[in-house]
Amino acid sequence: MLKRWVPVVLVVLLAGALLTPAAFAQAPVKIGVIQPLSGPVAASGNYVRMGAEIARDWINARGGIGGRKVELVIEDNKSDPKEAASAAEKLIARDRVPAIMGAWGSSMTLAAMPKLEEYGVPMVVETSSAASITKRGNPWIFRISPPSEMEALGLERYVDKLGVKRADFLAVNTDWGRGAVGAFGDMLKKKGASVGAAEFMDQAATDMNAQITKIKATGGDTLFLTTAVEQITLVMKQAQEQRLGRKIITTGGSSSPTQLIKQAGAAAEGSYHLLFFMPWFPEAMPDGKLAKAFVDEWAKRGHPFEGLTEGFRGHDGIATIAEAIKVAGKDEPKAIRDALWKVRLMGVNGPIKFDKDGPAGKESGQSKPSIFVVQIKDGKVALPDFLAKK
Amino acid sequence: MEQLLQHLLNGLVLGGTYALLGIGLTLIFGLMNLVNFAHGEFYTLGAYAAFAALALAGVNFFVAVLAAIAAGAALGALCERVLLRPLRAESIDTTMLVMIGVWIAMQNGELLVWGGVAKSIPHPFPTAPLVLGPVSIAPLRVFVFVLAAGLIAASYLLIHRTKLGRAMRATFQDRDTAALMGVRIGRIHTATFAFGSGLAAAAGALLGPVFLAYPSMGDLAALKAFCVVILGGLGNLPGATLGGLLLGVAEELGAGYVSSGYRDAVGFVIIILVLLLRPSGLFARQERIG
Repeated sequence: MLKRWVPVVLVVLLAGALLTPAAFAQAPVKIGVIQPLSGPVAASGNYVRMGAEIARDWINARGGIGGRKVELVIEDNKSDPKEAASAAEKLIARDRVPAIMGAWGSSMTLAAMPKLEEYGVPMVVETSSAASITKRGNPWIFRISPPSEMEALGLERYVDKLGVKRADFLAVNTDWGRGAVGAFGDMLKKKGASVGAAEFMDQAATDMNAQITKIKATGGDTLFLTTAVEQITLVMKQAQEQRLGRKIITTGGSSSPTQLIKQAGAAAEGSYHLLFFMPWFPEAMPDGKLAKAFVDEWAKRGHPFEGLTEGFRGHDGIATIAEAIKVAGKDEPKAIRDALWKVRLMGVNGPIKFDKDGPAGKESGQSKPSIFVVQIKDGKVALPDFLAKK
Repeated sequence: MEQLLQHLLNGLVLGGTYALLGIGLTLIFGLMNLVNFAHGEFYTLGAYAAFAALALAGVNFFVAVLAAIAAGAALGALCERVLLRPLRAESIDTTMLVMIGVWIAMQNGELLVWGGVAKSIPHPFPTAPLVLGPVSIAPLRVFVFVLAAGLIAASYLLIHRTKLGRAMRATFQDRDTAALMGVRIGRIHTATFAFGSGLAAAAGALLGPVFLAYPSMGDLAALKAFCVVILGGLGNLPGATLGGLLLGVAEELGAGYVSSGYRDAVGFVIIILVLLLRPSGLFARQERIG
């Protein structure tokens, strides 16, 4: 008699054992992520996603937020502003995320912004550089990446040491590229340097010979290059083919020098890169221990080293949102927005704290990230001479 | 002057690549009357096939280009047999939709297999430029230009001087009569599509090392190929060649002397003008009614 009941009892016990944790565990905290996972700048977007996943796993390993696990809902914006807007709409309306990180490119971020205001959901901007993002009076925007103006100011004290006297610009034809040309041009003029050609290229363009020929004719000494690593590779190779012979400085932090050394080879030699993370020397970062841990975790997961200069953005963005949810004590969009103003956090890049930017009453948040300069020397990434001697 | 010479040289080299992209499409689009939206994907396939052969299998560069052409032609033949043959009696819109499907499937397949990070394809040519007086050019680009010219000439001879070429032209001029004359229509369709796809793959294998290989590289290539075909006139090989060179030089001069931000617009302005003034293409001969 008892024998007949044994299987039933076992099944009930087993079902109970399986169901109990699910019944008692709280629903996860959702965070939306919009990144270019396909299209011309897919490499960068995927690195940011990898960094975001590290932040998620670290937070969950420490017990999540108030005992609740963090779950990322990741959407692909296909490197396309139109897709960025619909990705934001989907995350908010269908997945009901209380906060978003995104959307890599300035044009993509700008396209997603009206949706944030419409639905009242905050977004932490991890990469975009166009000044207009925090100037438009969208109180749901919190940016941890530097706008081009801030980046230009960061470079200002090195202009003399870099020997920039006559500069030309080549930039991607987006809000980011056009913004950078303006910001760096203004800074250089203030420093007494002259500005020659300002040329643009389509985001998907592969042949930049026409622009390079035009730039070559100006007789300048420095070329400021603003685009993602794929196009930087092509411009450097084509500049070498045409014997451009300029000092090249890349802006925007998406130059991935390690990938350039691999793919552009000798054409990348001597170039300078403005970056927001130096994975080659993590100990030189504001929080050396955190930076080192991030670099080690990245390697442990088998992610390519060259992705680190993008990947940290994903970590810092998710860590910022998680901190805000912790401060707010609930995952409700408006509470997170208010809490973001109170966030004080150490990221891989450095301290994160939001100041007000944009028209009064509708300010966006803007953090002041750390900015670094590195140079490719003898096929390796090094600190430039004027910094290394200190 | 120096600048103008360099612009013209850049434009010719760029135009040569457009011509190579255009001749494959002009065969499929012009002769077969099939709007092949997947043309750019065969170009991408060629680049990745060359990458696989060179970087993974470690074969010689020239063998890799041949392997890429073979891969493109084989997949083209398969595509024609499986997807297009059953739809031969359908309208041009139906096959166009099928080709859009092929385009999306191939592009996402490439993304799945190779990932989104661009690949640099190794090549055996020195990176130091060849300096010719006031202008300079990479040795690889000279090689690509010469090989493109060779492929274009070979295609022209195949279409206009061989029995297979005559059968192709006959088939697409009047299918029923050609069939009555003993032409095996099915085979001609497959051969033409495979030939056009092989040319696209050749372009990818040759241009991949000049640029970079990534899954969406075919989109821009297909756009340029369609421009070239419209400029040159449907099915017109010399037209596609001249159209390609014209587009390359026009874009280059537009970017050099007007504004680089409107580089691609220059090409489209020319196309709109051609469609308005000479709708059958710049280099179209008087249409023969078959």
